[in-house]
Amino acid sequence: MNVTQKKERHLRPRWVDDIPLYLMALPGLLCLLIFSYLPMIGLVMAFQKLDLRKGIFTSPWVGLDNFKFLFYSTDAWVITRNTVCYNAVFIVLNMFLAVLLALLLSELISRKLAKTLQTIFIMPHFLSWPVVAIIAFAFLSANNGFLNKIVAFFGGPERTNWYMEVKPWPLILVVVTMWKGVGYSAIVYLAAISGISQEYYEAAMLDGASKFQQARYITIPHLKTMMTILLIMAIGGIFRGDFGLFYTVPRNTGTLYPVTNIIDTYVYNAMAVLSNYGMATAAGLYQSVVGCILIIISNKIVSRIEPDNALF
Amino acid sequence: MAKTYNRLNSISPGWNIALSVLLTISAILCVAPLVLVVVISLSSSSSLAYQGYTFWPSEWTTVAYRHLAKTGTQIANGYKMTISYTVVNTVLSLFVMSMFAYVLAQKNFKARRGITMFAFFTMLFSGGLVPSYILNVQYLGMYNTFWIFIFPGLMSFYNCVILRTFITSSIPDSLFEAAKIDGAGHFRIYFQIVLPLFKAGLATIGLFKVVGNWNDWFTGKLYITEPKLTPLNTMLTRIMDNISFIKNNAANLNDDQIKAILNDMPTESARMAITVITVAPILFAYPFFQKYFVQGLTIGSVKG
Repeated sequence: MNVTQKKERHLRPRWVDDIPLYLMALPGLLCLLIFSYLPMIGLVMAFQKLDLRKGIFTSPWVGLDNFKFLFYSTDAWVITRNTVCYNAVFIVLNMFLAVLLALLLSELISRKLAKTLQTIFIMPHFLSWPVVAIIAFAFLSANNGFLNKIVAFFGGPERTNWYMEVKPWPLILVVVTMWKGVGYSAIVYLAAISGISQEYYEAAMLDGASKFQQARYITIPHLKTMMTILLIMAIGGIFRGDFGLFYTVPRNTGTLYPVTNIIDTYVYNAMAVLSNYGMATAAGLYQSVVGCILIIISNKIVSRIEPDNALF
Repeated sequence: MAKTYNRLNSISPGWNIALSVLLTISAILCVAPLVLVVVISLSSSSSLAYQGYTFWPSEWTTVAYRHLAKTGTQIANGYKMTISYTVVNTVLSLFVMSMFAYVLAQKNFKARRGITMFAFFTMLFSGGLVPSYILNVQYLGMYNTFWIFIFPGLMSFYNCVILRTFITSSIPDSLFEAAKIDGAGHFRIYFQIVLPLFKAGLATIGLFKVVGNWNDWFTGKLYITEPKLTPLNTMLTRIMDNISFIKNNAANLNDDQIKAILNDMPTESARMAITVITVAPILFAYPFFQKYFVQGLTIGSVKG
């Protein structure tokens, strides 16, 4: 800093001042080491036919057999397709509906009403998946379900067992996910919209722009950057499904697997039901590797558009 | 916030009414499914047998709740367990993560980059479910223990980054400088300056964690079989899995009276009643903390 410091002898070395920092970071680092890094070692199980009695490193090694089995069967295709396609639909539809909701709420004259409605719309977000599954059951139950009542009211069959019908489930899962997520997603866009200077709108209005035009030429462009970044980051996570949704709502019914089995549920079932730890780990490793690549790619794209928002 | 909009650019009153009605109907539809569950919990078994699930049963009754109050040791356990691990994990986690965030915020710290990289990699790649399960069960011995809810979920780098953003945005550098000139060490700065000043950050992440912990059903499903340690939401999944769960549990009890009561348990409405009981605390609480969730979301999406 100044010349006199060059000859100054520190009474205590500089690194001593940093000791508290090391200590403060230590608990967090330990947790990461134990619960995040240590399990990575366990990934070797993907290359083994795991016998729990023999343990991780002493079970027989089978090379790529688990992966071969996984990819030669139709399972890998089905779960990958389900994971990716559902996520794609969820991402796009959620964004569309959330922006729409935010736009509509921001136009209401009564702010009190808007705030109340917002509180109501985010309610489903706070429900746990078992609760959502039971709510879904109240609708989908074969004997008493409310949905069957509606269907019967319009002249349809009276006792459809929805948990056995494969076809409606993509729609059911999408509806449930939107119900649960749109209100919460809209928060971010509402906050962004309220940050847009009113002067733009007033100027546009004086120029004779309609509400639609104002939304199209002022609001949306302001939201575009945020939307793009959220979109790309969501794509980075497209390989990870929402386990809670796909496991609890269909009640893990085997018949529905072709449309409800995702990578995450496959891993869980392989481990907990079939006790095939090697296979489950292999599927998990597949998911982690692809997911990692996707995050890196998506982050590279985000850092081109808006360097501040990139993760690294 | 103003109660009504700046009138200069508002939509016409006609459109406003239409929009208000449309959105209000949507909101009602949004709440309706939950209302249905509450109504079922208050319906008599005969009404359910005759009419199925409706919004207006022929017979209202609180018998399900009364039964649960009499024989609901399992629910009391669930509450005890869920509340305790939620509190412990949230408090401990906030402590660990805020200290970590403080370290991340020290721009002159030599090891900062290394630590950041080390932590950041965990966001990119993970071992997945199976290795974690084997680690927790075979090597750390946390199967059927209270600690499985505490330790694995202590640290999340993502939350640390949000906390760091709170620190850097709510505490000016000059404050740090002043403290250092006064000779304060890092621990002192952390406890006496940072913690008091970034209550908003603690509240935000704290609320995220409370909701996450309360709604966690999977940890219990994987690791807990002991009834005393079963959290509320795990109980719900077991109820869904096994519709006669309550009646089966009764078989383990010796008291014949309790058995008799449980055999009369109105299963359908009781299931819904347990759901309502599980979800009620969060539902009553979240509107009061809404602004913290909004804050957390908007800070999380705008880094820096």
